[in-house]
This record gives sequence, C-alpha cells and structure tokens, in this order.
Amino acid sequence: MMAQKSGRIVAVTGNEAVAEALRQINPDVSAAYPITPATDIMQRFTGFVSDGKVKTEMILVESEHSAMSGCIGAAAAGGRVMTATSSQGLALMWEELFIASGTRLPIVMALVNRALSAPLNIHGDHSDGMGARDCGWIQLWSENAQEAYDNTIQAFRIAEHMDIRLPIMVCLDGFIISHSIERIEYIDDDAVSKLVGEYKQLNPLLDLEHPVSYGPLILPDYYMEYRKAHAEVMSKVPGIVLDVAKDFEKISGRKYGLFEEYRLDDAEIGLVILNSAAGTSKDVIDSFREKGIKAGLLKPRLFRPFPYDEIGNALKHLKAICVLDRADAFGGSYGPLFIDIAASLYPHKNGPVLINKIYGLGGRDYMPSHAELVLNELVEIVKTGKVKMIKEYIAVRE
Amino acid sequence: MATPLTLKELSKKEILLTSGHRMCSGCGAPIIVKMVLLASDYPIVAANATGCLEVSTCISDYTAWKIPWIHNAFENAAATLSGVETMYRSLKKQGKIDKEIKFIAFGGDGGTYDIGLQSLSGAMERGHDMLYVCYDNGAYMNTGIQRSSATPYGADTTTCPAGSVIHGKPQPRKNLTKIMAAHDIPYVAQASPSNWSDLVKKVKKALEIKGPKFMNILSPCNRGWRSRTDDAIMLSRLAVETCYWPLYEIENGVTKVTFKPKEKKPLVDFLKPQGRFKHLFAPENENMLKNFQEMVDKEWGVLLKASGTE
Ligand SMILES: Cc1ncc(C[n+]2csc(CCOP(=O)(O)OP(=O)(O)O)c2C)c(N)n1
Ligand code: SF4
Ligand SMILES: [Mg+2]
Repeated sequence: MMAQKSGRIVAVTGNEAVAEALRQINPDVSAAYPITPATDIMQRFTGFVSDGKVKTEMILVESEHSAMSGCIGAAAAGGRVMTATSSQGLALMWEELFIASGTRLPIVMALVNRALSAPLNIHGDHSDGMGARDCGWIQLWSENAQEAYDNTIQAFRIAEHMDIRLPIMVCLDGFIISHSIERIEYIDDDAVSKLVGEYKQLNPLLDLEHPVSYGPLILPDYYMEYRKAHAEVMSKVPGIVLDVAKDFEKISGRKYGLFEEYRLDDAEIGLVILNSAAGTSKDVIDSFREKGIKAGLLKPRLFRPFPYDEIGNALKHLKAICVLDRADAFGGSYGPLFIDIAASLYPHKNGPVLINKIYGLGGRDYMPSHAELVLNELVEIVKTGKVKMIKEYIAVRE
Repeated sequence: MATPLTLKELSKKEILLTSGHRMCSGCGAPIIVKMVLLASDYPIVAANATGCLEVSTCISDYTAWKIPWIHNAFENAAATLSGVETMYRSLKKQGKIDKEIKFIAFGGDGGTYDIGLQSLSGAMERGHDMLYVCYDNGAYMNTGIQRSSATPYGADTTTCPAGSVIHGKPQPRKNLTKIMAAHDIPYVAQASPSNWSDLVKKVKKALEIKGPKFMNILSPCNRGWRSRTDDAIMLSRLAVETCYWPLYEIENGVTKVTFKPKEKKPLVDFLKPQGRFKHLFAPENENMLKNFQEMVDKEWGVLLKASGTE
C-alpha cells in the first residue's frame, strides 16, 4: 500500500513544531516550569490553552521538581500528561524521574537538550539527557524539527502502550533545533488523534470503586523483583517503537526505525552521532562518497532502551568508527554514546576500531570541517592500523 | 446527609485507615488521620509525604488505606496532589468523572515546614481545591528524631543533642501556621487530637470551602518526645492548655481562637513528662525554661490580640 500523506508544509522552529504536536494530541493535564531553551514550547502551548484550542488543564508550578511531581500525580490520577524542560530543570527533577518510571506512568516530556552548569551555559549539548539516561525512561532523540514533531506524536503511543506504561523523553537540540526555522510537514489533526487514540487508564487513583495505593515502601524482600520487572518492560520497548513507527508511516509517509543508517551498508568507515550534528555529518559523508571513500553514518533514535544487538549488527562490518559525543562522562574513560556503542560491538570479535571525539559542548559549533577531520582520521586508521588517541576533545582550545 | 458531630454518630462510620499498620503504639499520627477521615462526608483521595505515616501504612503488598492514596516523595505531597486534583478537574470538565471528591495531603513537619515548604506554598498559591494537613511531631521521626524547623526550642534531638555546651535546639520553632495564613488562603487552622470535636469541626469546615486549606495538627510521638506510649492525648491536651499549641482558625483573614483554656497552665506542665526536655530542668538551664515560657506567652498574646479576645 502506498503511504498516505496528509501534510501541511510549514516553516517553523523545533519548539513550535513540538508545541503543535502537543496541541494536536491535546493532553488532559500539563505541569510545567520555564527554562531556556524549552520555555518556548510551554509558552506556545499555554497560548493554545488560553485560546481554548486544547482542553488541557495547566499546572504552572513553582519549580521543575513540582512540575514532575504534578505530572506524576496527574498521570496516576488517570489521564494523559506532558511537560517540557531542559538542563537544570531536568537536573532538579532527577529524583522524580525515577519515581515516574518506577511507578510506570506514561508521562511524555520534551527535553530540549542544553548544557549543565557550572559554568552556566544555556546552549545545546547532551549532558542533561545523558545524565538521565539510566533513570528508567524511554528516550527518543531527534535530528531536526520534523523528527522532534514526529517523535512527540509517536511518544504518546509508545509510552501509553499497555505492555509498556513508561515515561518517555523526546530529545531535541537546544537552539540549533529548538530555535531555528525549518521546513516541515504537519500531519492533519484528525490523523494525529486517530493515531494516538483515546487515553487508556490503568489503575487510576481517581477510581473510588477500586481504591489503589500508589508509592508503597518495598523492602529487600520484593524490591529487586520490581526492578527486574522494569528491566523486562524496557526490553519490550524496541518492538513497540517499531510497531508505532509502522502506523506512523501510514499517516505521514515518513519511515522511522530504532536508529537511522546512512550509506552504511557497504561502508568501511563510519560516524555514530546523535541529533542535529548528524545532519551536518551526512553532507560530509556524501562528499567523501563522491571521493570514492566508503563512509557511512549511524544515528541512534531510541537511545533508551539502547538497541545493542541491532546496532552491533549494523556496525560490525565496518573497519573503523568514530563515535561523537556531545557530552562527556567525567571520570569514565569515554563519552556516554561511545560506551554504549562499544558495548554493542563487544560480542563481535574483530569488529571495527573505535575512537571517540567529544564535540560541541555548551553550543560550540560543529562544522563540516570537523566531520572531515574525523573521517580523514578514520581513513588513516584503516590504512595504518594505528590509533593515535582513542578519546579526544575536538574544536577546543588547548 | 452530613454526619452529626457526636461521638456516637462518628463511631458508626467506617475507619478508613485500618489497624494493622506499623506505626508505633501510642503514636499520634494515625489517630489524627482517622479523625480527619472520619470528619469527611465526601470520598477522599489522599497524598502522603515520605515519613513515619507513609512508611508504616503502605508496606508492599499491604496497605492500611481504604481510600485511594498516593505517596510520591518527601517534599512534594502538595505538588503531587496538585496533579491529582488537576486531573480530576480536567476529567470532570470533560464529563469523564462526575463524583464529588475531596483531596487531602498528609505531611509530617519535616515534609511540610522544611523540605516541602516550597511545594506547599506553590500549591496554595495556585489555589488547588485541597486540604493540606501537617501532622507536626516536631522532628524527623522516621529517620531517627533529627531536628526540624518545627522542633521546639530547647528540645533534645539526635542532631541537636543536649550537650554540655549546647543544650538542645537553640532556635525557637518556625510558625508555619502563620506563614500559611500569610498566603491569604480561605482557611488555616491549628488543631490537636486532644480536642477531637474541635479538630473534626475544622476539617468539616475546611472541606466545605473551595480552594486551598491548611491545617497544622500537633502529633505526639512517644519515641521522639521520650514519653510514655499512653500519653499522646494527655500531652497534646497539655500542649493546648499551656498555650504551647493554641487552637485557632483563620477563616478569610479573620482569626478566631477556638479554645481558650480557663486557666493557662505553666509550660513546664507540658515539658516535664517529656524526656526531650529533661535537661532544661537542670539548675543551669533555668534560663532556658524562662525564655521558653516567655516565647509561648508572647505568641499567645499576639494571637489573642489578632483574634480580638485580649
Ligand atoms: C529528598 C529526601 N531527603 C531525605 C529523605 C529522608 N527522610 C525520609 S522521611 C524523613 C523525615 C520525615 O520527617 P517528618 O516529615 O517530620 O515526618 P515524621 O517521620 O516525623 O512523621 C527524612 C529526613 C528523603 N526520603 N528524601
Ligand atoms: S517514631 Fe513517633 S511519629 Fe513515628 S511512628 Fe513512632 S511514635 Fe509515631
Ligand atoms: Mg516529624
């Protein structure tokens, strides 16, 4: 069957696109607190609320801790809930992130990625999302405004799936995507609401006939079983993500997987990179291909749970790979994305040589020349078999 | 129909916090919760901050709560209940729910005066239709009797132990009830389990008022107060009769003392039976006792003045 397109072409920022998706989804409750660069999403959304374009009840809280606490209360009560934040806001939510996931509440949150203090910096990097990667949430990362919009819509279906019921973060790069205008295609309101569907309650707190207790104390006798159950649910996520992507393709014509492979099939060298910098990198990959160099790229989309097997299989045939991290894992040897890529290749003996570059922290520009440098280094590694340095900061003063 | 306020009638109602919970025997908190829930003629959905009450009433796979109940964390019972109440309003507006439900948060003094103050202040300012009940036992009891800003002056706790140089908590307690009144919310009250009818009346009144309400209820803790397990009610009565814990309410800005002891007892009557104040009775700490009495007198005077019953 031909994919059916129903789009409206617009020129909007990433934040505007996410806000539009949220308007179309029309959640029951949202609790939010301002922080650059995510603020704009909620400003636009509260505009929809004030104009009666959505039925959403807002809770304009006094902190991000309360934003997530309010989302937890609202989701437990039994309805569709969303919020948005960045950086310090996410850091302040940290305690609540684990409670949202441990309580299995399908909250959707746009995370407009921004550097963490100190020093204070409001620009795009992935330190916030990476710091929260093990908190039991699903994470979808987005290259551009279109993906941020598409992921936001799919996020509700994934999170609220009866086999999942987990909170989900949709990540997009602060300023680079959140505040830049791009051409994107919106889906019709009807198609979005049909895809997302009616919210299905599960043990709602407001059910007086079946009173439930949320948030028990669980001692060593059973705590571990709960954690194991959570881990098992996580393992079901990739399948559901793919199912939802199939349905999404039908209404949008756009195809999504667990990750994107770009000219990877026959590649010998490759980049692994998240979000907006993948776009820049793809252009450079093209120019290397024109030179006859077999370069490719892999861009993770579902970062939590990390699809180790699938990514390992997609990369194992390469000779050398550079993983580019827009965050460092201080005190660990390598950047967070590198660690997962290395783990995914661990089962493959004689797999590719891996190097790791830390780039773009605090909004430092990632330029085509950086991708070129890295790809040239990979060419050199393949030629000589020698690695100068496994991990290195690039485009940085000494 | 509303239950008439007689013990006979109240005793016919179902107790919504069942026995079998694991709070210490003689603890004030479950007595308070039972009274609060008995006072309501509406279905209640409750939130609970981390603390003694929470950890002892819902240990998986058991729960002592016969009503819908949610515990999220220590500092956010108010924010959590904001979420629940807002979802209720949303679903009600959409016609997905029609019952009249009342929302009550329970937090200890630590979870309310200290770490949860911001969350509480925010929820009250936003005007959620909820009653927040602080059961004030004057310390972080669940974690082993550490001082909070509700801990009384001079009290011995595990983090302000009475020593040879520092004699218990050097600071007076924070007046949270006043702070909540300063939010200009429609109803703020202080109550004590010793005066059950006063307490129940206040809860009833609070639940009839739309918007944010706050009640501060004294909650004896024999572990932390170093008192006998059967003294909870006696001690809370002495707290009221010494005017250490005055019973009053502030309704739409109007202060009313709801119980005025015929004869104000000396503060030492309240302090003496409690081990946490034992060191204050050493001759060298006589001054502290005097200070403490003066603080109580001053506050009582301010309250009488505010209520126009000087
Ligand atoms: C963020 C956070 N900090 C500290 C704690 C540890 N903690 C749990 S309960 C508690 C004390 C509770 O005191 P209070 O609110 O007065 O209630 P009580 O136990 O006295 O009834 C503390 C310090 C926690 N759970 N969460
Ligand atoms: S320690 Fe105190 S407050 Fe906690 S359950 Fe025991 S008596 Fe009650
Ligand atoms: Mg306490």
